[in-house]
Amino acid sequence: MKKKGIGIVETCYFSFAQPPDELVLESGQKLGPITLAYETYGTLDKNRTNAILVLHAFSGDAHAAGYHKGDEKPGWWDDMIGPEKALDTDKFFVICSNVIGGCKGSTGPSSANPETGEPYALDFPVITIADMVNAQTHLIDYLGINKLFCVIGGSMGGMQVLQWVAVYPDRICSAIPIATALKHSPQQIAFNEVGRQAVMADPAWNHGHYYGKSRPERGLAIARMIGHITFMSDKSMEEKFSRKLKDKDYSYRFQTDFEVEGYLKYKGDSFVRRFDANSYLYITKAIDYFDLSGPKLIPTGKNIEVRFLVIAFQSDWLYPPYQSQEIVRQLKMRHIDATYMEIQSTYGHDAFLLEVQQETMLIRHFLNRISCENETTDLYEI
Amino acid sequence: MKSDSMRLDHKVILDIVEPGSRVLDLGCGDGSLLQLLVTEKNARAQGIEFADSQIYKCVARGVSVFHGDIDTGLSEYPDQSFDYIILNQSLQEVVKVDFVLNEALRVGQKVVVGFSNFAYYKARMDIFFKGKAPVTESLPNQWYATPNLHFLSIRDFEDYCAHKNVRILAKYYLGDDTIIHFLPNLRALNAIFVISK
Repeated sequence: MKKKGIGIVETCYFSFAQPPDELVLESGQKLGPITLAYETYGTLDKNRTNAILVLHAFSGDAHAAGYHKGDEKPGWWDDMIGPEKALDTDKFFVICSNVIGGCKGSTGPSSANPETGEPYALDFPVITIADMVNAQTHLIDYLGINKLFCVIGGSMGGMQVLQWVAVYPDRICSAIPIATALKHSPQQIAFNEVGRQAVMADPAWNHGHYYGKSRPERGLAIARMIGHITFMSDKSMEEKFSRKLKDKDYSYRFQTDFEVEGYLKYKGDSFVRRFDANSYLYITKAIDYFDLSGPKLIPTGKNIEVRFLVIAFQSDWLYPPYQSQEIVRQLKMRHIDATYMEIQSTYGHDAFLLEVQQETMLIRHFLNRISCENETTDLYEI
Repeated sequence: MKSDSMRLDHKVILDIVEPGSRVLDLGCGDGSLLQLLVTEKNARAQGIEFADSQIYKCVARGVSVFHGDIDTGLSEYPDQSFDYIILNQSLQEVVKVDFVLNEALRVGQKVVVGFSNFAYYKARMDIFFKGKAPVTESLPNQWYATPNLHFLSIRDFEDYCAHKNVRILAKYYLGDDTIIHFLPNLRALNAIFVISK
């Protein structure tokens, strides 16, 4: 039986960091004003203790669940968010916001620079995962939430989860980092760099100044094609495409012969319609800079009360299970309660969006046993 | 029969563990013992388990579990960071017995080891009279289907501890549904030892 969804939703916008109170970034640069696009599902309870913050992955956005009016496709994690789903909107108030640096409604390189009225392009400051999370705290404050019941996300979303743990452990009761890592390995940085070079090698990129002109579509599409290879596994590609041909026979030309070529081309082409090339550069850089390895995750001498569910996927070679195990290792060394599961899946890194049934079983049970007290409910009443 | 003896296992271990202890259960299975330790003894308990299907059961029971292989060691745990390490019906299944026991003794103040007694009289009879690998209440699988890699008796484990200078703090001999006191190596189905360095 198909579970009922949450129906029509709308994206909201929250602006803050108006000059002279700009957000000070990790680099020391300032950014403001900042707009965050966000969506919420479910109802915030009276004590404001049932809020779950969903953090999206690299190309995700605030539209995590439900349908935008007139759309045929639901939000990117609709399978996981809704009544009786993993994040049960009958019980929880679920929030998802687009990261800064992005291009889905939050302030990023394609937003207008208030000083010039033109898009920032490369004048946009380099942002980090820490900056994304610092911006989110302003939204959480604005929504009147002192303590989050849970922060959850996969891939880059998982990095934001870990960043919340590292800097705001007193503001979260539980954390679910999925298919992620404490730091990007050289292999991961290398894939991101190839993607960035593909974008920047496109003459249309024009050092970031392509807004209102032809966009670096070829470069961005190639970057995304490489990305999609890393999201799958050898086995899932064999299962999905094998050596199947588009036509009956080889073309004996440099055309799209194989189905896998057609798939990558389609994925690349559809990506350029929905994503900004400069955002690609900024966000991949933020991911590469991310490093909470060793004692950086939990500062020495600090005791935290956060409970953890760490999930990895067997065939994920972009964020291999050993990286999730390293997260758990750091937690165990500090006597912090954690459950770790490596889900059997052939989907590769994509599994975190696809292995809904297994994730649901784990997440629902895990959330069931979390108790989240909000000791300082009057913090925002002056 | 099996479930009765398992319950006796758990009862004995519950009696051993002091309230509020920090416990790590190596090869915790479906987490039922962990759950008992948390609810009955207010223990800060977690487990390590290899089998996927068991992880889901542990999470459903609300116990913390790490999906991993105890044969690779416990390097993430500092020395003496638990009051008790439990190896109940799991030591026979590990590849590196010595290594796993040493790790358990390093990480825990006390180690609780529960195992099936291979010298139980019915097992002896299977070998002696039938000339077959034993199948008993505590060793229920045929030779080709058993998860056990090692077979040991109560006396074997005592000899091991003497040889390795491991202190035996307590021993419990389990029959079908009662504690055995007389001729345990002959009459006990299972044994539970509490050991320390």
